[in-house]
Amino acid sequence: MSKGVLSKNKRNSKVFKILSLTAVFIGFIALGIMLVDIFIDGAGRISWDFLSNFPSRRPGRAGILSALVGTLWMMSLTAAFSFPLGLGAGIYLEEYARKNWFTKLVEINISNLAGVPSIIYGLLGLGIFVRVCGFERSLLSGALTLTLLILPIIITTTRESLKAVPKSLREASYALGATQWQTVYSQILPVAMPGILTGTILALSRAIGETAPLIAIGALTYIAFLPHGVFDPFTVLPIQVFNWISRPQHGFAINAAAAIIILLLITLMMNSVAIYLRRKFQRRVKW
Amino acid sequence: MNTEETFDVKPIGRLFAVLSYFTKINLAGLMKNFSRKKAYDKGIKGILFLCASLSILTTIGIISVLIFETVEFFKEVHILDFLFDSQWTPLFYEKHFGIMSLLCGTILVTLIAMLVAIPLGILSAVYLNEYAGERFRSIAKPVLEILAGIPTVVYGYFALFFVTPLLQKVVPGLSGFNALSPGIVMGIMILPMISSLSEDAMRAVPKSLREGAYAMGATKMQVAFRVVIPAATSGIVSSFILGMSRAIGETMIVTIASGQMPRLTFDPRVPIETITAYIVQVSLGDTPVGTIEYNTIFAAGMTLFIFTFTLSIFSHWLKKRFREEYS
Repeated sequence: MSKGVLSKNKRNSKVFKILSLTAVFIGFIALGIMLVDIFIDGAGRISWDFLSNFPSRRPGRAGILSALVGTLWMMSLTAAFSFPLGLGAGIYLEEYARKNWFTKLVEINISNLAGVPSIIYGLLGLGIFVRVCGFERSLLSGALTLTLLILPIIITTTRESLKAVPKSLREASYALGATQWQTVYSQILPVAMPGILTGTILALSRAIGETAPLIAIGALTYIAFLPHGVFDPFTVLPIQVFNWISRPQHGFAINAAAAIIILLLITLMMNSVAIYLRRKFQRRVKW
Repeated sequence: MNTEETFDVKPIGRLFAVLSYFTKINLAGLMKNFSRKKAYDKGIKGILFLCASLSILTTIGIISVLIFETVEFFKEVHILDFLFDSQWTPLFYEKHFGIMSLLCGTILVTLIAMLVAIPLGILSAVYLNEYAGERFRSIAKPVLEILAGIPTVVYGYFALFFVTPLLQKVVPGLSGFNALSPGIVMGIMILPMISSLSEDAMRAVPKSLREGAYAMGATKMQVAFRVVIPAATSGIVSSFILGMSRAIGETMIVTIASGQMPRLTFDPRVPIETITAYIVQVSLGDTPVGTIEYNTIFAAGMTLFIFTFTLSIFSHWLKKRFREEYS
């Protein structure tokens, strides 16, 4: 009798294995269908004209030049703001901070901020950068908003990378008479940098895919010129995509799919660089 | 007594003087230099401290912006109307400010997303943790990471132009804008998050527990359901809560695919509007500062913030309270 129970159990387990494998594949299949669907819709639309034209009322003549340039601006500005700030905060929390109530508060606060919906950051940007600081609906307002949005991610990955550096390295540096900053700057940071860069690139790739906070600060959806400075109005690829999706003509849906392909290519490129950095780092350094 | 506590530096100074004399190096200068470096170090520490404090300022900024505009909002609208009016029509001539119809849309879409993401997420986590070999994992995890890194506007496109037409063939009476399709797509979007966090929780269950169960003749399925999942419950549930909070705050999928019709319904086939979609709708128009329409987006944002903040606190508490310690 017990043999019967055992074989029944084994059969159940096998059925369950297939069931759970299906669950994994549903994710894969959804991803595959989505990419193929978008590729079929939009691939034919991509041409040099599509990249170098401004948006237009006629779908056949519309292009993504202003959105593409806006995304590149946004990416550079956000990187320039968020990298030093995130690095500094991460170094402070991991290397300098004593374990007191303030440090604890900052830590809890950062993990809470990571869970705040991106559109709330948009409202923050609208209230502070657009209104109080008077930056209007400019690249600067957008980049500062996105900076606050991705800072928790950068701080967390910076801390993880610093934590992975063995203690012996720090002690050796102190033993040679180095100050704390000398130790951090010339011994620990170089070792931790690939990990920090990986995290920063991933965070940036999230930032350039963000639509909602930029719409909330009032980024325009139709821009037929290129921004010349940080105080100029802008549009970015995801906003252009959203704008085209919400138009009734079928031609614009095709444009949206084509712009999505470009957007995905950019994020994919950034992710591959990040994954490459991580792999290289993991293989080379062994303690 | 006192002599034990204070350290006599004179002999050291003398020693330095003697050493300087013999080595012809200005040690006193070096010492001075060293203390200047220390001052520099302190300056750097101050700057780093400011960077870390920025996160506190961010929170203060979010809360004060939301409170400031929400107070303005409640000067015009009674809080009971806000909570109990069944209509939300701030952009119409006859204005109603019942947040419930927006909240209802948000909850409906979140519920559908969780119905998709929880079973799939748990099953994927169990498979990756208990059944899959190292090679399969090393391929599957990055693919799931890619799924999590796709911009949400792309999911919106997918929901509107692919999933909705597909569902319309199966579900009778499904409107072009509805809660069902964005809900399902959102479930797929948060699936990687739930599966990877649950997997982390399951992985933290010590091997000895599993081996004990296997030694008693348990199958993999029994180990998963009777040993691993119970032991990892707190981590798994907190992954659900994080996923839910993500779904509540998700904006673009619902803005694109669920329509702009705030209403009190749990019918997934008709157009609805969520809190987030409403904020986008107003932001797209030219709403002047200081008008009641402008204030509504902050009142709506405040409601959203309270929900996600409570969930986040709850998830922390859960993790702490129910963490099973194994050594």
